[in-house]
Amino acid sequence: MEASNLEKPDLNKLRERAQFIRTETVRLIQIAKSGHYSSVFSSAEILATLYYHTMRLSSNPKWPDRDRLILSKGHVTVGVYPILVDLGYFPEEWLETYANLGSPLGDHPDMRKVPGADFSSGSLGHGLSIGLGMALWLRLRKSPARVFVLLGDAELNEGQVWQAAQAAAHYHTDNLIGIVDRNHMGLDGRTEEIMDVEPLADKWRAFGWQVHECDGHSVEALVRTFDNVPRNGGTPQVVIAHTVKGKGVKYMEDSRVWHLGYLHGSDAEVVRKEILAHDN
Amino acid sequence: MTTDVILREKESWHLGMIPKQAPAFIAGRVLADLADVDDRIVVLTADLGFSNRTIEFAKRHPDRFFNLGIAEHNMVSVAAGLAACGAVPYAGTFASFLALMCCEQIRTDLAYPNLQVRLLSHHAGISLGYYGTSHHATEDIGIMRSMANLKIVCPSDAYSLEQALRQTVNLDGPIYFRLGRGRDPDVYRPGDKWEFGKISILRKGKDGLLLSNGIMVSASCEAADKLVKDGIEMTVVDLHTLQPLDTQALLPLIREHRKVFVAEEHNTLGGVATIMADTIVDAELNDIHLVRIGLPSDEYAIIGPPYYLYKHYGLDGEGVAQRIRNEMK
Repeated sequence: MEASNLEKPDLNKLRERAQFIRTETVRLIQIAKSGHYSSVFSSAEILATLYYHTMRLSSNPKWPDRDRLILSKGHVTVGVYPILVDLGYFPEEWLETYANLGSPLGDHPDMRKVPGADFSSGSLGHGLSIGLGMALWLRLRKSPARVFVLLGDAELNEGQVWQAAQAAAHYHTDNLIGIVDRNHMGLDGRTEEIMDVEPLADKWRAFGWQVHECDGHSVEALVRTFDNVPRNGGTPQVVIAHTVKGKGVKYMEDSRVWHLGYLHGSDAEVVRKEILAHDN
Repeated sequence: MTTDVILREKESWHLGMIPKQAPAFIAGRVLADLADVDDRIVVLTADLGFSNRTIEFAKRHPDRFFNLGIAEHNMVSVAAGLAACGAVPYAGTFASFLALMCCEQIRTDLAYPNLQVRLLSHHAGISLGYYGTSHHATEDIGIMRSMANLKIVCPSDAYSLEQALRQTVNLDGPIYFRLGRGRDPDVYRPGDKWEFGKISILRKGKDGLLLSNGIMVSASCEAADKLVKDGIEMTVVDLHTLQPLDTQALLPLIREHRKVFVAEEHNTLGGVATIMADTIVDAELNDIHLVRIGLPSDEYAIIGPPYYLYKHYGLDGEGVAQRIRNEMK
């Protein structure tokens, strides 16, 4: 089975894919009439880099040696469905059913219904543990596959994350890579006000993780950072990606109220044009 | 056994204080045997490997044993991640921590994606005696039975636990094994028929139907023996598999006897008696007299050594027999 990640990153393609994630998110939330725009927007470059550069994938979403991505911040999945279609994992028509009665595609991913969804998520705090279980098994089976876990920063308030962090360091699972979408925003407000997660890098280091930090909206920085994550580092790895909640749409940026929202009628088209005009 | 040892066994639950080390805790050994020929099997615990004897597995398959420390939520979700990649994980800790503390992880990470994870939920009920309510699990069946995809098995002794483990290795989806404290008296003899998903009829009588599972099966058998002297002959059934329930075999027995006694180490609300009440109503059976012998649902258990605690709540052979005598008057 052939891995599909690019040998030499096509940064323009990654930027275009990040735009695609944002515009598709706007389109799909039009169908559902409510959704997590700004949480997807802060993760768009991270997702584009992972799916189109870093992860080893194949045309078979069940390939045992594929890299896994656990969407621990499961509400980002509306931005991932279009990627899975693009990778050929399920038909494009499914997207038209998004969030409708009986659709396989909901606001959080269901691994039993969505080809390419590596786990069912939605309850915050579980993903790193799930990823650790996968990493332990893949290592036991001598698989070269790695497990990526996308975490929200406010999600780090959940104690289970740190149970998993402690255990991953104990088991030296260097095939487990956490990614923190550090957008400084939960549903109720800024993480600094609701429940501070700092000193974040020091916390991960204290738990025995190797920490990498980068601009989470620069595909160049993300590519470089993920390329520099060692394969046999002996410790689990975490990438703290510094992001802006709602990135790409000016009035959503760093705004609490757009955690959940709905763009009415022509507003969606205006936003779409703004996203496409953005050249990163 | 010397008088001193018997006395100490009554006074304490502590495994180290009895000469026979938790004879019913054979899961570690059985799983190690199974793992010799099945490389999907892994075992997890949360700093209770000596308590549940999964340490026996660790000795033989150290690379497939994961002690996650006192971090039960993480243990359950790690088991889910392992299973999602093809492992068959068995995760063991006290029932109170598994079923109550990790209820949401069990629902969302195991039952919802229907993963092949097995929970070894031991020291269920009030078997931790004077450790108190934090260590009792008298609500777990009620919680677990409300989850789709989750199978529930309550073996009554070492033999039936071994049968349950062996027969379900390849069964799809998650299983909740409700286990005692490892000193459950033998109910079955080697070679006896025990079938996952079926009821086991242990004796037939004409006067009433006595249903139980787990440690209450041996108490029920003892009660039935005692009642013979009172001229009362009971049919005794081991309802070891609660999900899926063998209604095909059970309903004719309920119809035949009409007097149904449920003896359970669980609150009388939400447990086996409630499952029987649902079954009776759903089958539209009339004139059934259902008696719930269990722990009171409107209070938490008092403190005491297990032996005396079971006696206090009428959950030993004599207690069950006395309730049946009273109801039969």
